[in-house]
Amino acid sequence: MKKFLITLLFAPIMAFASAGNVHLDKWPGSVGDKAALQNGAKLFVNYCLNCHGASYMRYKTLTELGLTEQQVKDNLMFTSDKIGGLMAVAARSDEQKLWFGATPPDLTIVARARGEAGNAGAGADWLYTYLRSFYRDPNRPTGWNNVVFENVGMPNPLWQMQGQQVLSPESHKLAMAVPGELSPADFDKAVSDLVGFMVWMGEPQQEFRRTLGWFVLAFLAVLFVLAYALKKNYWKDIH
Amino acid sequence: MAAGKIEKYKSDGSIGGNALEWVDARFPATSLWKEHLSEYYAPKNFNFWYFFGSLALLVLVIQIVTGIFLVMHYKPDAALNANGVPVAFASVEYIMRDVPGGWLIRYMHSTGASAFFIVVYLHMFRGLLYGSYRKPRELTWLFGVGIFLVLMGEAFFGYLLPWGQMSFWGAQVIVNLFSAIPVIGNDLSILIRGDFVVGDATLNRFFSFHVIAFPLILLGLVAAHILALHETGSNNPDGIEIKGNKDENGIPRDGIPFHPYYTVKDIVGVVVFLMVFSAIMFFAPEGGGYFLETPNFYPADPLKTPPHIAPVWYFTPYYSILRAMVWNFFGLDAKFWGVVAMGAAVVIFAFLPWLDRSPVKSIRYRGPIYKTMLTIFVICFFILGYLGTLSPSPMGELVSQVCTVFYFGFFLGMPWWSRMDKFKPVPERLTMK
Repeated sequence: MKKFLITLLFAPIMAFASAGNVHLDKWPGSVGDKAALQNGAKLFVNYCLNCHGASYMRYKTLTELGLTEQQVKDNLMFTSDKIGGLMAVAARSDEQKLWFGATPPDLTIVARARGEAGNAGAGADWLYTYLRSFYRDPNRPTGWNNVVFENVGMPNPLWQMQGQQVLSPESHKLAMAVPGELSPADFDKAVSDLVGFMVWMGEPQQEFRRTLGWFVLAFLAVLFVLAYALKKNYWKDIH
Repeated sequence: MAAGKIEKYKSDGSIGGNALEWVDARFPATSLWKEHLSEYYAPKNFNFWYFFGSLALLVLVIQIVTGIFLVMHYKPDAALNANGVPVAFASVEYIMRDVPGGWLIRYMHSTGASAFFIVVYLHMFRGLLYGSYRKPRELTWLFGVGIFLVLMGEAFFGYLLPWGQMSFWGAQVIVNLFSAIPVIGNDLSILIRGDFVVGDATLNRFFSFHVIAFPLILLGLVAAHILALHETGSNNPDGIEIKGNKDENGIPRDGIPFHPYYTVKDIVGVVVFLMVFSAIMFFAPEGGGYFLETPNFYPADPLKTPPHIAPVWYFTPYYSILRAMVWNFFGLDAKFWGVVAMGAAVVIFAFLPWLDRSPVKSIRYRGPIYKTMLTIFVICFFILGYLGTLSPSPMGELVSQVCTVFYFGFFLGMPWWSRMDKFKPVPERLTMK
């Protein structure tokens, strides 16, 4: 009995720890696809930003996705009209704690936080799999559960698009019980775009960082040739 | 009177002299330059392993300069901001996103931390290879061990500052270790934290240590390390004293002036190092999740313990030694013995000059025993490091205990096995390989 209680007490932590054992689908997108990122931004502000904040991120940064400030203001800003403002959540965290049992985490750098030692890119795979793994569970207060994150407090925000999945008790596989607005392939694409946006948001300058890296390495390669020639010349008499 | 003193330094009797003469009459600029660079004679056969001293100095400069800029925007404040995020954590993301070039400065600093340890570990390994710690360089070695200790403190304090989950819980675990010390332990850990838990007081004092106290000590020790080295002269891959063979001008026959020979050679080393450094910084700044641990992208939450608390990679060998101690000796907690073992594992390097009794310095003229022992030591160091990144397991515990025994056996057995080896004759002059 005591052991059972302890298990119960640590159940959320163990669920967190065991998350690594679930097979993760590879995120198929890339952060270089501007159209996909724009679609991801649209999905993010419509479906995520109501409960989750992205409070290290400024709306103005969204212009780096190829949008004008006016486009960002008209299409992506619902709770604020300050383009330089942070993408904060409108809901109050103490109320959210009552509703969900925990305050929904900030999502600005969630894709980086979900990475693993030895595989920093695993965060995208985790998000891509997690967002497609909700299923109906009448035992949960929200009516939803998740294969990747067991007994998660979060209901499925994308259910109208995805439809409603159920978990087969025999095969432990997910099956579609009520189809959604999108076909499974279109839904996967939408989630991929959304994940792409979150990967990009985790480090908006990451493409520039890699580009700059090539220039720096090219410069150092030239410098190496010169430095090596200089050394050779100075050392020619040392035997 | 003062004018008379200056006059006697004039070279040609003219009234002004040039600017350098003016300075030299007041400050030993030229003589310092000569003593430490243009007339510091270094052995001419330095190999690959001799790059890491100057590279460590380079990384130190990188850390100090980037650190100065980071402090301009970083805020050591554990209070929550309007969005419920600790101010310190948010200020790091502010640097990463909103400060122009801030991401580059921050990545230089975070990559630099790991680079520092890579370079220093290789620099220490060079000392083991060629017996650089042996007489007459004991003090150089001792200052070096001091640098290593201070560097570990510097890294530990710095790691708390981003105020992420791993920052917080890592500090929590390490500071708690001090509470295992009998009698004073509890008060000591409270003194270190400045609170009963890791909190705002801890963050502020760690910030103070990281940006002021430890860098000052570090700079002083580095200066002493180099001064002591330049007093005795550098060792070399042959482990021969080049000062034993001087020409008629008193210049070692196998020595070459550090400047320009080693300055131009070290520039090549610096460029290669910067290529590796840049490759990591621009293409994998997380270092595969080992340089920047992924749980540290969550802000510190005192109510949520991460399932697995792992220190950064450069501490993991010592963390494994700590975890390997699982026995309560003499009525004292195993944790206490873990702390003792971990501390001893670092400090034991200081005794090397007196533990090594071999008649030769360099591995080139030592026999199979030293080569075997050093190989086992390095393998154990890597295994301990790897195990320290993993969650505890019965198998891992056993392996880490075996490796800990070998680690200490390397040092403690050295007075005996270092004498028993078969040695080759040491040549009179340096060999150029």
